[in-house]
Amino acid sequence: MGGHSNYQPKSAAEKWLHERLPIVEFVKSSALDFPTPKNLNYWWTFGGILALMLVVQIVTGIVLVMHYTPQADLAFNSVEHIMRDVNYGWLLRYMHANGASMFFIAVYIHIFRGMYFGSYKAPREVLWIIGVLIYLVMMATAFMGYVLPWGQMSFWGAKVITNLFSAIPFVGESITTWLWGGYAVDNPTLNRFFSLHYLLPFVLAGLVFLHIWALHVPGNNNPTGVSVKSGQDTVPFHPYYTMKDTFAIVVFLIFFALFLFFAPNYLGHAINYQPANPLVTPSHIVPEWYYLPFYAILRAIPSKLGGVVAMFGSIAILFVLPWLDTSKVRSGNYRPLFKVFFWIFVLVCIGLGYLGSKPPEGLYVTFSRLLTFYYFLHFLVILPLLGLLETPKPLPSSISDDVLARKKPAVPQGQAQPAE
Amino acid sequence: MKLLKTLAAASLALLAVPAFAAEGQRDAKDISYSFEGPFGHFDKGQLQRGYKVYKEVCSACHSMHLVSFRNLADHGGPGFTEEQVKALAATFTVQDGPGEDGQMFDRPGLPSDRFPSPFPNEQAAKNANGGALPPDLSLITKSRAGWYGTFNQLINGIGGPEYVYSVLTGFEEPPAEIAKDAPEGKHYNPYFANGHWITMAPPLTDGQVTFDDGAPDKVDDMARDVSAFLAWTAEPKMEERKSMGFATVIYLAILAVLLYFVKQRIWAKVEH
Repeated sequence: MGGHSNYQPKSAAEKWLHERLPIVEFVKSSALDFPTPKNLNYWWTFGGILALMLVVQIVTGIVLVMHYTPQADLAFNSVEHIMRDVNYGWLLRYMHANGASMFFIAVYIHIFRGMYFGSYKAPREVLWIIGVLIYLVMMATAFMGYVLPWGQMSFWGAKVITNLFSAIPFVGESITTWLWGGYAVDNPTLNRFFSLHYLLPFVLAGLVFLHIWALHVPGNNNPTGVSVKSGQDTVPFHPYYTMKDTFAIVVFLIFFALFLFFAPNYLGHAINYQPANPLVTPSHIVPEWYYLPFYAILRAIPSKLGGVVAMFGSIAILFVLPWLDTSKVRSGNYRPLFKVFFWIFVLVCIGLGYLGSKPPEGLYVTFSRLLTFYYFLHFLVILPLLGLLETPKPLPSSISDDVLARKKPAVPQGQAQPAE
Repeated sequence: MKLLKTLAAASLALLAVPAFAAEGQRDAKDISYSFEGPFGHFDKGQLQRGYKVYKEVCSACHSMHLVSFRNLADHGGPGFTEEQVKALAATFTVQDGPGEDGQMFDRPGLPSDRFPSPFPNEQAAKNANGGALPPDLSLITKSRAGWYGTFNQLINGIGGPEYVYSVLTGFEEPPAEIAKDAPEGKHYNPYFANGHWITMAPPLTDGQVTFDDGAPDKVDDMARDVSAFLAWTAEPKMEERKSMGFATVIYLAILAVLLYFVKQRIWAKVEH
């Protein structure tokens, strides 16, 4: 990560530290002086927003744990104790619960940004793969977190999701029992989910460190997709992007605050304010909104094992995306056909999310199947073919050239301006 | 583009299918409350009347075990004074103990006590109520939705208090075609979330509770008051939340504007 700074320790104390642990130079070169393309748009600010959301979740989570009781008979009431008796407990809990949704909103924008601008292509494949791992761990963390209040949806959601593993041939039942710590979702399940929910965010923090490391080797992609050619193309990260990211973070926090303070239960389920009851099955078990597209894929396949394979496959396929996309051009801005298919794909994902919230009957199933088919078609057929068939637009020779061309649109290069 | 059009048509066709609601549940009546909207406040008089309805009617069968008497004097609540809370807690009998003799004993309630439950356990509650468990009311307005639909709930809220109001005022003669299948001891209520048949008999009658402030005491009025009171028991920090939210958003908005100008100034010399 180093090598971008000409740090010279000034005082004797700095020199002493530098000889033993060159941490000041490390921070200066990787967080302050780091050369960053000068043309990044606001879609690039979501990385910083995500880092902040992870910190928000960890800090609120650690304080919540001080007041929460992970025991099946006490968990629900301990959450209400937080809401009613703990100073600003309601704020902490709503921040944590809505924070999870904000985290996912930001991560989805971040992922789609990577897809549109080809940020997964060489030399950033490892960066992308670590990103997909982060997304997977996020999903596991959020799922286990949703179980902890031990409401009706917590309980039945846990039951439905853990039951998926029973679809695995031969060993499925044993795996489910092993996950539950017994023959039903009960106190042992709650205890282990609590333990893992506390552990996984720190695994996430580690993966985020690797993600940033892998980002700092090739440097940022940018809206043109053209690699950095010279120092002309970049600005130091600080103050240019520290300020731009801070501005974006504050705007995002306003969006967060609107949910947190004015609709704190909108993104959850009313039924989760009923304590878990193994004897009463809710009429409609739905996961949190951020899993809905995958839930739709799960239910689109008529066989249980098939559904589970399709659901995990729909995420696993992201790992090989760098090799499915055959186009050498990174940015969707220069790929006229890809651009159209990208937006269709976004709509398909939103459509799957909508279908995941609906009961699995009638037209909903038909459309879930159609869209699931299209989801895989996009990765397995459309992306590989597009790279071969499409004629990309001419790329700018460098980031700076592109910036200059956009600043002076009146005189297109190589063309005379017709007289008016 | 043809594919896009097909997809658009398909999504419209899907949206035309009515949004999912619990089996046959009718949308709650969308009455208005003083606490709705970003600046809404609870009406203290209404919460005090609602408390009286709970005490004199609902508490015969429904527990409210997450709420303590002391909460009735909390900021942003019904606004009882501490003296009033002491007096009203003392009207309840609370089991305490074991005492020095090892036996449990009854004593008058204290502000620090939770509301005592009318039945010693769930089984006793079911047994006394035709096999149906009267739900605890602490969270009833947050655990029930009055209506469904992604945008409907975003604009109109989840409709919990409206649900309670609608169930209380929604007892009707069953339609002829299902009246003959009426389960014994059940009452027809199209607003009830768990099918049309509810075990609870219509609990309110006009003039049942006399309000000290001379407020109207029709079923409709009492249902409004008690549903508002239960909105407070479910979300006792709502006023604090909304006022903090207002201050936070204003603060962040000003900060965002300032940051924007700082950012513009820093970037002014760079073509980007």
